[in-house]
Amino acid sequence: MHEEIFDVVIIGGGPAGLAAAVSASDNGAARVLVIERDRELGGILQQCIHNGFGLHRFKEELTGPGYALRYIKMVEARSNITVMLDTMVLAVAADKTIVAVNSRDGMIKITAKAVIFTMGCRERTRGAIRIPGSRPAGVFTAGAAQRMVNMEGYLPGKKVVILGSGDIGLIMARRMSLEGTRVEAVLEIMAYSNGLTRNVVQCLEDYNIPLYLSHTILAVHGNGRVTGVTCAKVDAAMRPIAGTEFYLECDCLLLSVGLIPENELSRELGIEMDGRTSGPVVDQLRQTGLPGFFAAGNVVHVHDLVDFVSEEGEIAGKYAAWHANGKMGDCGCLITVKAANGVRTAVPQVIRAVSGNTEPVRLYMRVEKPEKNVTLAILSDGQVLLERKLRVAKPGEMIVVDLPVENIKKIGDDITVVLKH
Amino acid sequence: MEEERRVSCIVCPLSCVGDVTIADGKVKTVAEFGCPRGEAYAREEVIAPKRMLTTTVRVSGGQLPLLPVISRQLLPKDKIISCARCLANVTVSAPIKEGDVILSDILKLGVDIVASRDLDAI
Ligand SMILES: Cc1cc2nc3c(=O)[nH]c(=O)nc-3n(C[C@H](O)[C@H](O)[C@H](O)COP(=O)(O)OP(=O)(O)OC[C@H]3O[C@@H](n4cnc5c(N)ncnc54)[C@H](O)[C@@H]3O)c2cc1C
Ligand code: SF4
Repeated sequence: MHEEIFDVVIIGGGPAGLAAAVSASDNGAARVLVIERDRELGGILQQCIHNGFGLHRFKEELTGPGYALRYIKMVEARSNITVMLDTMVLAVAADKTIVAVNSRDGMIKITAKAVIFTMGCRERTRGAIRIPGSRPAGVFTAGAAQRMVNMEGYLPGKKVVILGSGDIGLIMARRMSLEGTRVEAVLEIMAYSNGLTRNVVQCLEDYNIPLYLSHTILAVHGNGRVTGVTCAKVDAAMRPIAGTEFYLECDCLLLSVGLIPENELSRELGIEMDGRTSGPVVDQLRQTGLPGFFAAGNVVHVHDLVDFVSEEGEIAGKYAAWHANGKMGDCGCLITVKAANGVRTAVPQVIRAVSGNTEPVRLYMRVEKPEKNVTLAILSDGQVLLERKLRVAKPGEMIVVDLPVENIKKIGDDITVVLKH
Repeated sequence: MEEERRVSCIVCPLSCVGDVTIADGKVKTVAEFGCPRGEAYAREEVIAPKRMLTTTVRVSGGQLPLLPVISRQLLPKDKIISCARCLANVTVSAPIKEGDVILSDILKLGVDIVASRDLDAI
């Protein structure tokens, strides 16, 4: 078997992995490797051809490929970063040996001093949401359809129904309309869309596509190919309401029903997971519970802004380089961060209070449901560390708050993030 | 003839929904928006709405069969579909660099369509 040794090995070459590679290199890692299973770097960004990426980071509205290209160039400019494309990582062992495979070298064994997981997300499929009915062709996840339309050059159907009104579903409604496909409707089981208002306006209203809130699909019809779907309104408990059923004819159903972090590799290692984010528990340095293993981007929690993905990648890259060079030192005492009372997720899930800490800790949070005029409060031992008034809070938009160092010193054993009405 | 339109503001996450009245192609009143930026957006949105266009064109001899492209500036909203149709008939040859002009002055609207990524030849 082909064998290689590196300081920092990054699994996944999307925006998280690219930022991690650049940062590991800039922070003293001698040999950095990025392993990507696709034929090119950039991850999911390469299929997101719409604009709206990078406003924070580059102060301009880039397309997904445009954003990716900026980072690919930064990687190419650093001679100590090696990239292996068309290479799939199969297993990672606790001693940081990685087994990967590609068609050139066959099986490859790589030894690392530090490993960064940046494998991104997978889409929820029909199985994960259990729609009854036949199993005809023409049912795709919205992301798979996006790749077909934007990169491979074929259309998944001529008359489409989309289930799920998150940004991916909305963006695909516009994309298919521009390609001459009729989008019959977008259905959303919740009473609100999780997508940005901008996308509801510019992707649906612009094309006169109806959005059915509090609606779901009861059955998929067709033998061989989809011929239509039966839809119905749902009540507050999300149960279909009898008598509200209607039929929509279509030859294609797109599912945009959520993303799940891709964590098979981390799970097999026995790394502790957060049941709410479906990602590994990480500290503010993006180190997992297993020393020397780091994680960043969608593999940790689903992001809506790529700018924050890059930021997490940078953090992970820096401290993976420190770990590889034996600079991590004392790992400090652990403070757990709990999300409660209207706050669904908080990352990082643990904070290490290392003496000499000088950087504020940035917390990324998501709320359970849309709220107006609430206060986000960060508490420790019943004492308020920080409060932030929010005129609106939506589950689809991550809330970002910096916790200053002075505040961390005041913390007891744990902190809790809550919403106050 | 007076017409009333409800407009969802997209400028900031507050997503205010306001009312605009239009008469003889001019905005008469603007109400219910949370701030002046929203009012300005609504005025433009009801009289001369504009959008960016992102789509793909076919590529010959490239690593991928398609190239993503973007309009360099905003285009009138009612011209977006015709611009997309027009680009559906364009084929370019690889290699291509980000920013290369794929179609200049599309439909004589004064806006260039440019490549949004590099694409190597096979
Ligand atoms: C449809 C869509 C629209 C979006 N729109 C916007 C927007 O308008 N603005 C914005 O800022 N953000 C947007 N986002 C969010 C943002 O693009 C993502 O959050 C970001 O791309 C996630 O980056 P990542 O590096 O974590 O994951 P990814 O980009 O998914 O990259 C993960 C990479 O890891 C590779 N990989 C996985 N497993 C292995 C393995 N075992 N071996 C080797 N390689 C592996 C994958 O092939 C992939 O390339 C959008 C996301 C989607 C899906
Ligand atoms: S009107 Fe002002 S406050 Fe309201 S959404 Fe628009 S920009 Fe935001």
